[in-house]
Amino acid sequence: MKRNGLNTFGFLKSDRRLLRAEPDFRPMARLLQVNWLYVLLVCVLAGVGYIALYSAGGGSAKPFAGPQMVRFGFGLVMMIAVSLVSPRILRMASVPLYLLSVTLLALVLRMGHVGKGAERWINLAGMQFQPSEFAKIGLVLMLATWFHRIGNERMGNPLRLIPPALLTLLPVLLVLKEPNLGTATIIGLIGATMFFAAGMRLWQIALLVAPLPFMGKFIYSHLHDYQKARIDTFLHPEHDPLGAGYNIIQSKIALGSGGVWGEGYLHGSQGQLNFLPEKQTDFIFTMIGEEWGFVGGIAVITLLGTLVMGGMLIAIRSRNQFGRLLGLGIAMDFFLYCAVNLSMVMGAIPVGGVPLPLISYGGSAMLTMMFGFGLLMSAWVHRNERDPGQEDDED
Amino acid sequence: MRSGRGVFTRRALLVMAVQAGVLGVLGRRLYTLQVVDGGHLRQLAERNRTSKRLLAPARGTIHDRFGVALADNKVSWRALLMPEETTDIPAVIERFSQIVPLDEHDRARIERDLRHVHKYVPVTLHEFLSWDDMARIELNAPSLPGVLVDVGSTRLYPFKDLTAHIVGYVAPPNEEDVARDTTLSLPGMRVGRAGIEQTQEAVLRGEPGSVEMEVNAVGRVIGEIDRVEGQQGEDVRLTLDSVLQQQVLNRLEDRVASAVVMDCRNGEVMAMVSTPSFDPSLFDSGVSHAQWNEWANDPRTPLVDKAVSGLYPPGSTFKPAVALAALKSGSVTAQDRFNCPGYYDLGGVRFHCWNRWGHGLINMREGLKYSCDVYFYEVARRCGMDPIQAVGNAMGLGVKLGIELPHVRSGVIPTPEWRQKHGFHWNGGDTVNAGIGQGFVQVTPLELATYASRIASGRNIQPHLRRPTRGQLSAMAPDETVPKVDLSPAFLDVVRGGMFAVVNEPHGTAPKARLDLPGIQMAGKTGSAQVRRVSRALRESGHFNSMSLPWEYRPHALFICFAPYDNPKYAVAVVVEHGNAGADEAAPLAKLIMTDTLLRDPASDVRPAAPQPPAETQTPSVPVEASASAPTDSPVADDQSERGATQ
Repeated sequence: MKRNGLNTFGFLKSDRRLLRAEPDFRPMARLLQVNWLYVLLVCVLAGVGYIALYSAGGGSAKPFAGPQMVRFGFGLVMMIAVSLVSPRILRMASVPLYLLSVTLLALVLRMGHVGKGAERWINLAGMQFQPSEFAKIGLVLMLATWFHRIGNERMGNPLRLIPPALLTLLPVLLVLKEPNLGTATIIGLIGATMFFAAGMRLWQIALLVAPLPFMGKFIYSHLHDYQKARIDTFLHPEHDPLGAGYNIIQSKIALGSGGVWGEGYLHGSQGQLNFLPEKQTDFIFTMIGEEWGFVGGIAVITLLGTLVMGGMLIAIRSRNQFGRLLGLGIAMDFFLYCAVNLSMVMGAIPVGGVPLPLISYGGSAMLTMMFGFGLLMSAWVHRNERDPGQEDDED
Repeated sequence: MRSGRGVFTRRALLVMAVQAGVLGVLGRRLYTLQVVDGGHLRQLAERNRTSKRLLAPARGTIHDRFGVALADNKVSWRALLMPEETTDIPAVIERFSQIVPLDEHDRARIERDLRHVHKYVPVTLHEFLSWDDMARIELNAPSLPGVLVDVGSTRLYPFKDLTAHIVGYVAPPNEEDVARDTTLSLPGMRVGRAGIEQTQEAVLRGEPGSVEMEVNAVGRVIGEIDRVEGQQGEDVRLTLDSVLQQQVLNRLEDRVASAVVMDCRNGEVMAMVSTPSFDPSLFDSGVSHAQWNEWANDPRTPLVDKAVSGLYPPGSTFKPAVALAALKSGSVTAQDRFNCPGYYDLGGVRFHCWNRWGHGLINMREGLKYSCDVYFYEVARRCGMDPIQAVGNAMGLGVKLGIELPHVRSGVIPTPEWRQKHGFHWNGGDTVNAGIGQGFVQVTPLELATYASRIASGRNIQPHLRRPTRGQLSAMAPDETVPKVDLSPAFLDVVRGGMFAVVNEPHGTAPKARLDLPGIQMAGKTGSAQVRRVSRALRESGHFNSMSLPWEYRPHALFICFAPYDNPKYAVAVVVEHGNAGADEAAPLAKLIMTDTLLRDPASDVRPAAPQPPAETQTPSVPVEASASAPTDSPVADDQSERGATQ
């Protein structure tokens, strides 16, 4: 039996009536299956981004807020469109998409446009494109497809885990080579979480985690000087107040000057006076915190948290391993973006070019995130498709 | 068989818990940053956002008694560098020097300033820019970040050397000044280095204001947040009369001399001239070494204000003080007569009177009139040094006077104790020498003028230069609040009478000081102070003529006077260095100066009727003679007639 109305509020309660319903492949029907509440929350987040970018532009839609909204419009259409795509097609597309993303990563190393000291961008048809963003989506799709194929039973076999591990390591290493420590960590963590959620055995996890401390030392010794500097700067920002520590100090100052209620919209002195570096990109949250205060900052964090939790719930609600892992991967991607960015601007972790999704100014991050949300929504729309050979996995 | 979904759900919930935990920690950190540390960080933000600039206060101007500016401020352009607005200061200075050349001295000063000042205090790159330079700097502004052209002010002394010693001058503060008061590091700040500029520094300087400006990250000014108007320096009005000052200077011509004109009723110094002088404007921009050396090595000491720091033996001008001391101590009465044979023997040493033929048997009045040395040898011997010092000090001699000038020196009236302190024995000869104002006695011209004022007024007149800014223009009246000197009026009358006789009676020592003004008479006392002991051989050779001595060995010529005699208004002291004889050199000058002063007196047209000098010595011929020889009020005419008479 199908629902006729918008299934807007359905994802919080069990809808057993739909449990055994056959998938409906008519586009209109699937459109109705889209979780519009989640779409609304995404739009609200983008709205927050618009407001913040309007302020970052000095009280003007130009140059940030306007273009960003146009992109969001595209992204929204793309999200809805992707949400209607059947998982089967997505699984089929996962391998080419993954290969494409890895190829782009390799390409950016060779001919990348150097921005801010790292080769992270390539120029794609006149549009600046950051392949590492796209690589995350590609990896999520790829891993979800792989784990979907092997099913939970075969997770116990370590040999089955080696290919996905390599699939994860490849983009991680490529991004690390760019070098972009932050994004590489995010990709690695997304992969790890998906391994974990896919049903990796505990003994396997224990075996992997044990040597980590030694690896940490090894990795630090192989970090680039500027990456080491960032870690050192993070630990002692006051040593270099006008150099590398400047961003963190200024960011903290701006947040602090916001206080509880903020300095008022368009009245944040630090942001408006350009003391804040990269205020429209990585440090947009600082600007929000300065102008809207702790109240505004916590509201944004709550909104981000709601989107993360919503994504996780969508994943949990899926009846197939692909949808679950796809949802979890995207939700984790979104979460890590938020957590790393927020920690960064609050001076809790070293700075590393990670934007705040949907709020920070930037095309490729926005579009890939919206593409990811489309995948998440696809998992929701097609949540009742079942894995083959599974009669009933209710428990 | 394990349920894939069950495992996923459990593990996804675990992941969610971790996610929620992380977000919670982030929220908690946000709370710490914004709410707990907010205040501290807000202060840092304020510092980020604002740039404070100090505004130099305009220095107060200095006026004479009629409001004529003696020290004024003139607009000038200067180039400043805001250290906080540029990252590469040496490069900016280098580019600047290509537009406006900077010499080594400038560079050293800029370097010094940059080390000492706060980053929000602009440093002066170049003062006194020409219009062209200023335009070139403005044109090149983009390549000179942090450089700005500022309207400043230069100190202007319209009368230049005329009032240099009194007004003083300002100069840029040195490192010690800046260390004491950092506001002095502001461009355009000047410190008074001499004269009124120095002593009235606190009044003239004012309080610096400040502008707090909102700036962006690159230091560009966005707006003004707060402006604290500084307190402009207060104007200082002096008792000086610039016209009279000029007249006095003209009278002194190119002599090395000083003259002080005081209102003897209240102590207002109306003119105080020390020649030669210097141009104080040069100090504002910096005096060249050559100029400085020229001034410093000039034997005529142009930089020294001789009126307050020139020490001279008073010579015979000291005799009224000795007379007063003797009268007060009771050792001599005004009627006591002593014989003057032309010399005085004491302890085997013969002291001479200036008149080798002697003055005969004379009393105190005559002693003053003839300025008889022997008479005062005897008076001093009878009286002793202690009363002389006490009365001399009470009359303003040998004491520190509270006039508003720096480097005021006080003269000396020696006593045996004073001499002993310096390791010498005092003998009777020293006393008799001091009795005629020679030996160790030293006074300044200002002390002499004060002394004359106190004799004239009988009050404890304190010389001063500053008038209350918003006070009456001129009291021109006796200041009743000034206490009387501790001397019987009868004693003072004796001395005044003697001084009247000096000028107005036949055989007085200073007939050349007789005023040509109808109905006004002057009382005075001459003085010639030897700067070198005249050897007996020379004296007895009979060829002694001090005019034949080299200039620097000639005696100083002194004269003190007050007028009008019956109602004293003004006191004048004149000291001509190496002027030879007070009667010939200083007295005529004093007469001219006093004439000028009296003619400038607004009350001069309501002159009292015929003067009434002390009864027994009244010489009716004097006023007649005066009016006859001065048919006109013109001081120029007086001058010419007088000079003719001198020659």
